[in-house]
Amino acid sequence: MRGNSRLVAALLIVVTALLVQVTVLPHLAWNGVVPDLVLLSVVGAALVTDPRFATLLGFGAGLLLDVAPPADHAAGRWALALLVVGYVVARLAHDYQAAQPGPQPASTPRPPYLLMLVAGAGGAFVGTSLFALTGLLLQDPAVGVGALLEVVLAAVAYDALVAAVAVPLVVWVFRREPAPRVAHVLR
Amino acid sequence: MSLDTRPPRQTPVRHVATPRERDEQRGLPTRSLLLALVLACITLMVVDRTSGEDSPVEPVRRVVGEVLGPAEAGVNAVLGPVLGLPEMLRTNDALREEIAAQDDEIAELRREAHQNPYDVARAEDLRALCAMATNTGYLLAPARFSGYSSAQSFSSTISIDAGADAGIRPDMTVVNGDGLVGRVLEVTSHTSTVLLIVDADSTVGGKLGESLESGFVDGRGGLADGDPLDLRLVDNTVLPEQGQQVVTWGSEGTGPYVAGIPIGEVSKVYEDIRAGTYRAVLEPYVDFTSLGDLAVVVPTGEDTRVIEPEACS
Repeated sequence: MRGNSRLVAALLIVVTALLVQVTVLPHLAWNGVVPDLVLLSVVGAALVTDPRFATLLGFGAGLLLDVAPPADHAAGRWALALLVVGYVVARLAHDYQAAQPGPQPASTPRPPYLLMLVAGAGGAFVGTSLFALTGLLLQDPAVGVGALLEVVLAAVAYDALVAAVAVPLVVWVFRREPAPRVAHVLR
Repeated sequence: MSLDTRPPRQTPVRHVATPRERDEQRGLPTRSLLLALVLACITLMVVDRTSGEDSPVEPVRRVVGEVLGPAEAGVNAVLGPVLGLPEMLRTNDALREEIAAQDDEIAELRREAHQNPYDVARAEDLRALCAMATNTGYLLAPARFSGYSSAQSFSSTISIDAGADAGIRPDMTVVNGDGLVGRVLEVTSHTSTVLLIVDADSTVGGKLGESLESGFVDGRGGLADGDPLDLRLVDNTVLPEQGQQVVTWGSEGTGPYVAGIPIGEVSKVYEDIRAGTYRAVLEPYVDFTSLGDLAVVVPTGEDTRVIEPEACS
């Protein structure tokens, strides 16, 4: 998936993830901790697109998360966190795939399931930790490190769980070729 | 524009890409882009954090909120029935159990609600007894009505749930908050039998409250029919007046009837023209069909649970 359709897909995924994250998931919250669907969709996108796109998507999605209604923290915190997540996950995934033996396929291959899980958990750890760290630096929510660590660990655990479903879903959407274009090419 | 007539090269010149070109080929963001994004984030954070209420991010927040707010509300509205779904997926057993639990609760509440007026009435009775003790200055042993004798026995007696253990002896006076009830006939250790003043065998010495004329109050037997008490005055020529109060005359000690307990008031006066005498009918103060808390007048010095005068003034 290239160009505009990729952008549209990314936009749709991020907005949907945001809506689900603030409406549906609070009903499934565990101690108030909700899985970061937006973060996981950035991870998914990073696995199948190039690092540049993943970085920019992370920045944009984070910015949206920063200003969307329930948010009250300093804008830019999620943007920074998701930007780093997008960049790091995309870099590592691409380096991993480049190191794979055999000929490089033309299009991005479907990453192995285990890689998706690891990327989801790792991305969640990097993202939530960064977000918490910037909060500590800015003293945005004035909470102690202990309480912060507890929430971050719970969030990472929950994210890793949800990543098993969310990341493959996002990967599947990004690897789909839009049908009309295919028809056009065949004609 | 010139035509290139050279034959195509069999092997293209090996092109060594610069690191930057290689990065772009692999889709890596350039360093400057990364730096710009990170700096943008940091700037945003600092600006938003330090400028507080009037930060430049506020308008953006508002606009995004205007767009996403209704979307979130819409998703929530759609979500409502879905979240309500588990409510519907319940077994009949669970529903039955719930109904049973709620029935129990309803029964409990209903019982409480029904008990409430009873408790209020009882408290009223006890307050009246207290007042009676204060007004008459007697020690009262509290007791509760426990049963009427049947009509077939042709006597108007009741039983109460206090007996010899509470210091009650035969021939003691029984009152309630309104006035005279009767006297004790027999006692067991925990119950007593009381002869009501409306019994046909009962005669109580009474006197008119105002004129202090003495007389006898006779029961006429029976509870329900009207005119249960007659007053015969010793002095035949005195004309009792309607509404005059009759109190007990009183005998020594505590029995059979202590002095000064209100019995009732004159409701009708009949004149026997031939004999030149008067017969008065009394309306008792006590409602004999709804007896509840009673008390027995006990002598001073009984070491039992009693209501003392001024106990609840």
